[in-house]
Amino acid sequence: MSKYLLIEASDPFTSTAVLRHVDLAVALRRSGSDVSLYLVQDGVLPCRSGADGEALHEALAAGIEVLADDFSLRERGIAATDVARGVRPAAIDLVIKRLADSWKVMFL
Amino acid sequence: MMSALTFAIMDAPFENARTVTAFRLMQAALQAGHDVNVFAYEGAVGLAFARQAAHPNAVHGRDVVAENHPLPRVWIAELLQWAKKNGRKLDWVNCGLCVDERGMGEAIEGVRRGSPADFWKMSVESANTLVIPTR
Amino acid sequence: MKTLQVVETAYRATVEEQDDTIVWLTHAMVGAGGQFGMLLTGNAVCYAVREQRASPLTIGEWQQSHAAELSADVAALVAKGVSLYAVEEDLEERGIRDARLIDSLTVIPRAELPRLLEEYPRIWKW
Repeated sequence: MSKYLLIEASDPFTSTAVLRHVDLAVALRRSGSDVSLYLVQDGVLPCRSGADGEALHEALAAGIEVLADDFSLRERGIAATDVARGVRPAAIDLVIKRLADSWKVMFL
Repeated sequence: MMSALTFAIMDAPFENARTVTAFRLMQAALQAGHDVNVFAYEGAVGLAFARQAAHPNAVHGRDVVAENHPLPRVWIAELLQWAKKNGRKLDWVNCGLCVDERGMGEAIEGVRRGSPADFWKMSVESANTLVIPTR
Repeated sequence: MKTLQVVETAYRATVEEQDDTIVWLTHAMVGAGGQFGMLLTGNAVCYAVREQRASPLTIGEWQQSHAAELSADVAALVAKGVSLYAVEEDLEERGIRDARLIDSLTVIPRAELPRLLEEYPRIWKW
């Protein structure tokens, strides 16, 4: 099975497409693939502890690795201590590593 | 030896946060030891436009020097220079028809004009390709 | 290497460009020897509706000569061997599930997307 890294740059508060992207991630996971979600730009907004993170919780519950771009978090004033449980801040070179490791990477 | 990675980008400069994300990825790829190919499609051909000019910022009381306004053409030149100094290759191709319709023919040194066939060739010769679409 | 073009954004710059630029790009890369499938999702499923033809734009004395013919361009990809898919729920949401759709279009429910994505070694999301 392929491994998938889905890069989400939009937030669910302003884009309904995000929910469909999470559905896809969950479906891929349930089909047996390793799936990671890399949140970048406004995609990190639901990561703030206390935000409406329903989509994030759905992804985490399905066993999807949820990562948040550290640069985007800092840009939006979300400290590492403010990041919702289960979400891991990560540097963007993780995306490069996954590309080099032949993950299927989609910028959503 | 590290494999090459290819990126396709579409956003014009100064319009969307995806541009910065793209540059951060290109830089990370070079620094990780990969050769990098970039196919600049549509608005992204403006990133290498040689006539981008910095300006002052009166709202913040900064003159042109102090403002040091970001210019994507400078970022591309920096990456090209870094690649050369560190034994990596950055191949930046602007889609030629996209250049023509936007009047962006004056590109900085080190980038080249190409076509979708170049993007296809780059992708075939790379370990992986990431498309960063516009909206 | 077979590549799946996933097209979601639709009608962006299609008047100015007289094409959908990703459909056009795919045509160009097929010409360069590429092998592709194309998955229409989101608003791009609207491209599957046959015989849509944009009206030529007029600005001042300028009149457009070749307004985009998006469904024809997508159908032409099929004629070149590109497998074409559209997400069923996206067609339904837009009230076009039962419209006259391009021949050889495979309508695929969202639940089947993992299987489709597995069939292609490369996936490019536009």
